[in-house]
Amino acid sequence: MNAGIALPLAPASAVDTGLAPIVALVGNPNCGKTALFNALTGSRQKVANYPGVTVEKKLGRLSTPGGRSIQLLDLPGTYSLRARSPDEEITRDAVLGKLKGETAPDLIVCVGDASNLRLALRLALELRHVGRPVVLALNMMDIARKRGIEIDTARLAAELGVPVVSSIAVRRSGTDALLAELDRLLARLPETTAADWKAPDAGALRDAQHEADRILKAAVRAPGTPDSATTRADAILLHPVAGIVILLAILFVMFQAVFAWAKPAMDVISEGFTWLGAFVGSLPMPALLQSFLKNGLIAGVGSVIVFLPQIVILFFFILLLEDLGYMARAAFLMDKIMGGAGLHGRAFIPLLSSFACAIPGIMATRVIDDRRDRLTTILVAPLMTCSARIPVYTLIISAFIPDRQVWGVVGLQGLVMFGLYAAGITGALSVSFVMKRLLWRTSAGEPFMLELPDYKIPLAKSLALGVWARAMAFLKRAGTTILSMMILIWLLASFPEAPVGAPGPAINYSLAAMLGHLLEPLTLPLGFNWQINVALIPGMAAREVAVGALGTIYAIDGGAQATQQIGQALAGQWSLGTALALLAWYVFAPQCASTLAVIRRETGGWKWMWITFGYMLALAYAAALIAYQIASALGAG
Amino acid sequence: MTDPSTIALGEARVGFRGRIFALDMTRAQGAGLPAPELERRLLELGFVEGATVELLHQGFFGGDPIAVRVAQTTIALRRREAMAIVVAAA
Repeated sequence: MNAGIALPLAPASAVDTGLAPIVALVGNPNCGKTALFNALTGSRQKVANYPGVTVEKKLGRLSTPGGRSIQLLDLPGTYSLRARSPDEEITRDAVLGKLKGETAPDLIVCVGDASNLRLALRLALELRHVGRPVVLALNMMDIARKRGIEIDTARLAAELGVPVVSSIAVRRSGTDALLAELDRLLARLPETTAADWKAPDAGALRDAQHEADRILKAAVRAPGTPDSATTRADAILLHPVAGIVILLAILFVMFQAVFAWAKPAMDVISEGFTWLGAFVGSLPMPALLQSFLKNGLIAGVGSVIVFLPQIVILFFFILLLEDLGYMARAAFLMDKIMGGAGLHGRAFIPLLSSFACAIPGIMATRVIDDRRDRLTTILVAPLMTCSARIPVYTLIISAFIPDRQVWGVVGLQGLVMFGLYAAGITGALSVSFVMKRLLWRTSAGEPFMLELPDYKIPLAKSLALGVWARAMAFLKRAGTTILSMMILIWLLASFPEAPVGAPGPAINYSLAAMLGHLLEPLTLPLGFNWQINVALIPGMAAREVAVGALGTIYAIDGGAQATQQIGQALAGQWSLGTALALLAWYVFAPQCASTLAVIRRETGGWKWMWITFGYMLALAYAAALIAYQIASALGAG
Repeated sequence: MTDPSTIALGEARVGFRGRIFALDMTRAQGAGLPAPELERRLLELGFVEGATVELLHQGFFGGDPIAVRVAQTTIALRRREAMAIVVAAA
């Protein structure tokens, strides 16, 4: 800095310094806040996490017609600023400007669904105490008008004491009034008054709701008209029997799509990475660098990116159902079944998604508001049998389980496969049951209370932005945390190098092999030899990689393609007890570095990742031990 | 607090219409939350004295949870917590 030039003192107001003012969007769940956020910011948005918590911080940029640049902050949907969990404390503190390292918003936009204003008005009354200017945006005005709801905005503004504008997020010019109001207010922001907000008690909430009801009666005509389309649809979709049948049908289509539609794209990606690996393998370069690029980098990243089509399709369905308003209904229908195991009704979709892959399943837990319910779901999601376990199951079953019929009709091999799926589900439900009582020490559990919003036609743009954001979040993870884990696994499997002219595959001389030998005393009671231990290490990259690794260790050429040969080799080398123990191990073992990395990211720290790793390892060890010991006692050791 | 013409919303049948007479946390002993917190949550979802209620739907197993229309909003909750909402039939 040139000391000779006197720098002007920084003005107190963020607007004058050229820093874009922060406008926070606050509103009830389902008020169309996200659609409004998308309409205002388009693709100029980024999603991050507040440090240490699972709350998303969604920040976008926009320019007003008045040429003003604004940072728009989208906060999670809420009925009150009152914090009900550590995560909601973050939301509250962000609005109040009490969060370290985060600037307080200059202006608050309270978003309300114009056709369902009752609870939004109470929230608006509460937000007046934050000490920042508040604007009430009546969103989805078009729907309200269509239903014959008439809102006297001038009267509403006078009663509430804050400006009121209408907005239609779905129309091109639907946000003009809101933008003009933002321009007007930001042009001369009043001095921030001291916040006199404090968490309302029951009495304050009751009084505020009565006041909101009075204002509603004064300013809104026919506010209580139910949406006839929603009423008619719910008569079928929430029917105790038909509702569940339809839900199952929707899920069937969804998972059919996740597996069938994704397959061609997954094949292309997989072949692309194989080709790239082969291409790198044909280039003249030092063998070590070649191995790193081919087996570490390309194979590692490829094994994760191959799941991108499944993730895109799954999130398309999840966001579609969410935007339609159906997700809350699915939670309603499944609540009793899930609740028996100590899970929230909303955990249903994430857990079901985990049958494809735990990574999108864990990402999908964001639909669960309560932190404990969400953590429980994240912890048990990896126990659902994901598609990466299938190659391992298939290999061992076809090599060890005789292909014959039981009870005349059911194939024994299929029965074992079904048993493995059932073991995973039972495991997940039992763990959540125990967690709820041991870890959270609540017997009744968080109450299930959820608004069932009116059905809405989803917006293609919002849907596309949502899927895009999820895909990007996944790729970013694949490119950072997951990639570094893959490199670590490659290092273990490649160093130290095999001595020149040494017999057997190179991996037998690596750190992984040393670990395998070292772990042998521990795994002997499970019937695992050191070769299995070694295969489990690259199997951490992705479960199915263990199949190829077993091929390498038993020196079978052709890698994963030679599944049948590997099976024959294994059948000659292992006892039935060992095979069953390995199957039991795979049901529970935390054999997936990517899943662990996603748990770390989604929970905002290492703690829950290690808890997941620890409990799964313990379960896997116990299950394999029991399987091997029983098999041995029956003479199959 | 108990009035012969009132019942707990938690015991109402599908099709019940009425008004909220009172919130009485002592009636919801099995709820998953301490009484003051349960009361605030119910209030935040619009369950205040005087509001109209209609029981729209119920689940397959044990008629639980229930979907209730409170004034203009439809809320799903379990009967266990709905026991705290004292209603008078319309």
